Amino acid sequence: MPKVTYVSDAGEVRVVDGLAGDSVMQTAVRNGVPGITGECGGVLSCATCHVFVDEADLDRLEPVSGLEDEMLDGTVVDRCPNSRLSCQIKLSEELGELRVTTPEAQE
Amino acid sequence: MNSTAVAPRGTGVLVVGACQAGIQLACSLREYGYTAPITVVGAERHAPYQRPPLSKTLLHAETSPDAIALRSEAFYADQGIRLVLGERIIRVDRGDGGAGVAYAHSGRSFAFDRLALTVGARPRRLPVPGADLAGVHYLRDADDALALRAALAEAVDVLVIGGGFIGLEVAASARVLGCEVTVTLADNRLLERAVGVPTSEFFLDAHIRRGVRVHLGAPPVRLLDDGHGRVRGAELPDGSVLTADLVVVGIGAVPRTELAEQLGLTVDNGIVVNEYGLTSDGTTVAAGDCVACPPPVDLPDGPVRIRFESVNTAVEQAKTAAALLADRPVPYWAVPWFWSDQYDLKLQVAGLSTGHDRYVVRGEPDTEKFAVLYYRGGHLVAGDFVNRPADFLAVRSALAAGRTIPPEAATDTTVPLKKLIADDPRQAVA
Repeated sequence: MPKVTYVSDAGEVRVVDGLAGDSVMQTAVRNGVPGITGECGGVLSCATCHVFVDEADLDRLEPVSGLEDEMLDGTVVDRCPNSRLSCQIKLSEELGELRVTTPEAQE
Repeated sequence: MNSTAVAPRGTGVLVVGACQAGIQLACSLREYGYTAPITVVGAERHAPYQRPPLSKTLLHAETSPDAIALRSEAFYADQGIRLVLGERIIRVDRGDGGAGVAYAHSGRSFAFDRLALTVGARPRRLPVPGADLAGVHYLRDADDALALRAALAEAVDVLVIGGGFIGLEVAASARVLGCEVTVTLADNRLLERAVGVPTSEFFLDAHIRRGVRVHLGAPPVRLLDDGHGRVRGAELPDGSVLTADLVVVGIGAVPRTELAEQLGLTVDNGIVVNEYGLTSDGTTVAAGDCVACPPPVDLPDGPVRIRFESVNTAVEQAKTAAALLADRPVPYWAVPWFWSDQYDLKLQVAGLSTGHDRYVVRGEPDTEKFAVLYYRGGHLVAGDFVNRPADFLAVRSALAAGRTIPPEAATDTTVPLKKLIADDPRQAVA
């Protein structure tokens, strides 16, 4: 079963079992993980699901699309090289476990 | 505001309406430290879900209602939020200090210390002969979407009545599915209530480019029967007939105000609330598509109250109402925004362009990547953005900070809007 470890800006850790096909954002919102808003539901419209992906996981993800790249330029906490919008990271059995850190603010 | 908060006496908050606003209200109550029981009652059988995908991916992609659930079952249990589905509240009896009992259609009753109404809106019915023929669809909830998806799979000629978001998103979904699509509407431009003229004109061109036929200023006068009780088309005011084997009506929504009226609350195109989400009885709160609230941004000479129909306002109003119930009142004051996805076109809108006296267009609409920035009295007040998400975020943050973007500079697409955000000299003087 896919698993996501969410680390808050303050260092609190939540480990959540996810479902293949769900995104890292959906998995957080549905399970009440703080630090991810996802107001638009995952359609690249709000930029409130910004996360920093663990360096070890970064290259295992699908590449950033043009729209996602543009949205990342407008996140409330400035983007870093390991920034992603978590609605664009889909969980799968192959991907397995992921570790992301949430920024101080999303809105 | 403290006088309106009542210490929980045991039954806690009853939220009527298990929708985006209702679930947000319940979640925010817990987040704000409310410890008494929370019960959310919903009329639908589905677990609470997001509505925006109903007119988009749920229609043309393999998306199930489960995939659009707002929260997991475990989350509600963990948060101590009691969710009751498939029960429509039809009557509320009031006691003292905001407490009372709500009764469902089934006879079940729900006692409460405080009441929150997130009852939403229902689709406006088409007021012409033939509107109740088989093959005429409305789209509001998940069951409507599933029925429409099944019908679209069989349909050849789809007629959409209405040129708002529901109408155009359904038109786009139907085209993606390979149907012939015609849109007819009473207004003289598309998305009249939501965007400015340049954006309306763009969407007209964009739909026509993708093979949709559009009739402006042409509300059907009647729908035509095929002789077996099924719709075969619509007659327009000029007597011409549009052929269709499937009709989708998207001509707006009407707030559900029956419970509010029964409670004697002030209603005026929605349940009237103040900036704290409080209704006229001083104890009941309300949020979402059912409410008319004071504008959450400066709107000189604008309407006293506005009724929104968007995720963002539902969420913000719900947070506001929850904060009041948790005795931490904060007025609703935020830049409204919303989006629409049609084909490969992402529209994002920030702010309220009501009463603008100037606009500038950034980028060339024919490239399907452009923005329109609206100004009122020299202030930046709103923007429409097509496939320009970075510009949308820049304008949303400029508006939230009370800052501006000089209109002359904004038309230069080689410079990111983010770099043009400046202090608004007029705001500073004020």
